[in-house]
Amino acid sequence: MAAVATCGSVAASTGSAVATASKSNVTSFQRRGPRASGTNDSGPRLVSIAGTRPSVRNGQLLVSTGLPALDQLLGGGLAVGTVLLIEEDKYNIYSPLLFKYFLAEGTVSGHTLLVASAKEDPANILQELPAPLLDDKCKKEFDEDVYDHKTPESNIKMRIAWRYQLLPKMEQIGPVSSSRFGHYYDASKRMPQELIEASNWHGFFLPEKISSTVKVEPCSLTPGYTKLLQFIQNIIYEEGFDGSNPQKKQRNILRIGIQNLGSPLWGDDICCAENGGNSHSLTKFLYVLRGLLRTSLSACIITMPTHLIQNKAIIARVTTLSDIVVGLESFIGSERETNPLYKDYHGLIHIRQIPRLNNLICDESDVKDLAFKLKRKLFTIECWRKSLWSFPNLKI
Amino acid sequence: MFVELNNLLNTTPDTAEQGKLTLLCDAKTDGSFLVHHFLSFYLKANCKVCFVALIQSFSHYSIVGQKLGVSLTMARERGQLVFLEGLKSAVDIVFQAQKEPHPLQFLREANAGNLKPLFEFVREALKPVDSGEAQWTYPVLLVDDLSVLLSLGMGAVAVLDFIHYCRATVCWELKGNMVVLVHDSGDAEDEENDILLNGLSHQSHLILRAEGLATGFCRDVHGQLRILWRRPSQPTVHRDQSFTYQYKIQDKSVSFFAKGMSPAVL
Repeated sequence: MAAVATCGSVAASTGSAVATASKSNVTSFQRRGPRASGTNDSGPRLVSIAGTRPSVRNGQLLVSTGLPALDQLLGGGLAVGTVLLIEEDKYNIYSPLLFKYFLAEGTVSGHTLLVASAKEDPANILQELPAPLLDDKCKKEFDEDVYDHKTPESNIKMRIAWRYQLLPKMEQIGPVSSSRFGHYYDASKRMPQELIEASNWHGFFLPEKISSTVKVEPCSLTPGYTKLLQFIQNIIYEEGFDGSNPQKKQRNILRIGIQNLGSPLWGDDICCAENGGNSHSLTKFLYVLRGLLRTSLSACIITMPTHLIQNKAIIARVTTLSDIVVGLESFIGSERETNPLYKDYHGLIHIRQIPRLNNLICDESDVKDLAFKLKRKLFTIECWRKSLWSFPNLKI
Repeated sequence: MFVELNNLLNTTPDTAEQGKLTLLCDAKTDGSFLVHHFLSFYLKANCKVCFVALIQSFSHYSIVGQKLGVSLTMARERGQLVFLEGLKSAVDIVFQAQKEPHPLQFLREANAGNLKPLFEFVREALKPVDSGEAQWTYPVLLVDDLSVLLSLGMGAVAVLDFIHYCRATVCWELKGNMVVLVHDSGDAEDEENDILLNGLSHQSHLILRAEGLATGFCRDVHGQLRILWRRPSQPTVHRDQSFTYQYKIQDKSVSFFAKGMSPAVL
């Protein structure tokens, strides 16, 4: 499968086929063009899957996280076969948004969804997905929301804050045209019912699955994790995402979303006790999940309440076993809420880890001080340091 | 392999010492470039390599290996490389009942026992074949990485036992080399990991420690490499030698320079 061959490390094809196929994508000439648009420039003979594009650096197949600004920070998007771990903010207000953006992007791109939660019924989660912003219909509403902070034009020379001229421009919000990669969403509106019904999705709601008396293989994982792994593996095999099912030839991506992994609702006690009996359950789960993802056309988002985990060593191990780790820190209830530096923002976003896949180097962004804000409709990510220069009293 | 690193370590594929345990360690950064270096180094030295790859897939190492000039698929086909892919095996073990014992079968068990099946696998892979002519120079065991075994439920003592058995067989009996990677969790208070790291540090002949810069992220200097030569078997008559270099990783190579002498700064 040509499309499968592009994603080098994750296709379940023979070693030599992978080597030759990926060679065709890696050229010594590297284009340093903008990654904002979704044009597929990997060659006319490769049939691409909707909603994906090859990475500029090494041809790795990428999917959008649902937030184009986050895609840019992660080097183009989330690589197929990897895990995006979101460290939840303290009151779990903003991480469900990122979770929903990821799923909404899957719905709009026509990907198959697998939603797992111990708290909410997946059907309800899907009902609450944000509506996509499409073309000029919503341009007027859009303009109201454009942030008032002036974007520095590249041809206007800055005299005082000249160092900021060198800062890379963040992805600017704009109405969505027919781009196939990365869409913008309106957080105040729900996704139209027809789009949800047209999508192919599977739900895993723990209270329903745990009551069934299907025999569970002993594996030293908590029963909830074992059942979830079996469920995921089943879907991957049955729907042919790993290429091993001879009846099914799959040309689509499976987007897996797991909410609040590690919380007590999953039967895990790492958030309650420092040295509980199940201290390896979560890391084992992540390891087997990684194995499943690396050999299939899927991408996974996990939100985890790491601020509740008592044992710091587990957080370090979880970070090693995940590919991309993004931490959300909201200002609610903290002293930063009243700090004038952060007055325009709702919280900080930390990119804690970026993977080096099939490569010695990774696409680490130079911009480190990132903050997010949730306006009435849009979730934006910016570098907060710029706002230092908006103080009229600041003496230079 | 990185030619500059060979120069720093004063070694080439043809003149490498035998019977040594090299410990790779990373703190606050990714030290996997060292694993790629040693993998391509020993393949070029015509050694029989047993690679226990627990954290990434075969194609990941294969693609990077091509950039460094070795073909893992060809090495595997001609028998030079024995590759144990941990991720793929984990999926097989957890979802299907295995008939024969598998080196990673501890994943199925509730109580993590010991790594004896893994050791037997290594011993079987590296034992000299009685074909008359010596095809490969000496055996090498590469493990990436040991800290994952702790995450999977193994105790630090079990992992140290495994390394001890491997050292006795690979380094002493077969006069080969071993290279293992362990993460340094730093201030994460991972006691098991600290036990493992300290235990291995005392047994190793060479320690390569990749550290992130204390001042944070820098585009031109990706980190700092500390090289420590040790002679664990002899009493410390000679002082252990230690050097520190800073490095920048590029697409196909890594450049090293003295601290503060990055070309970007000069």
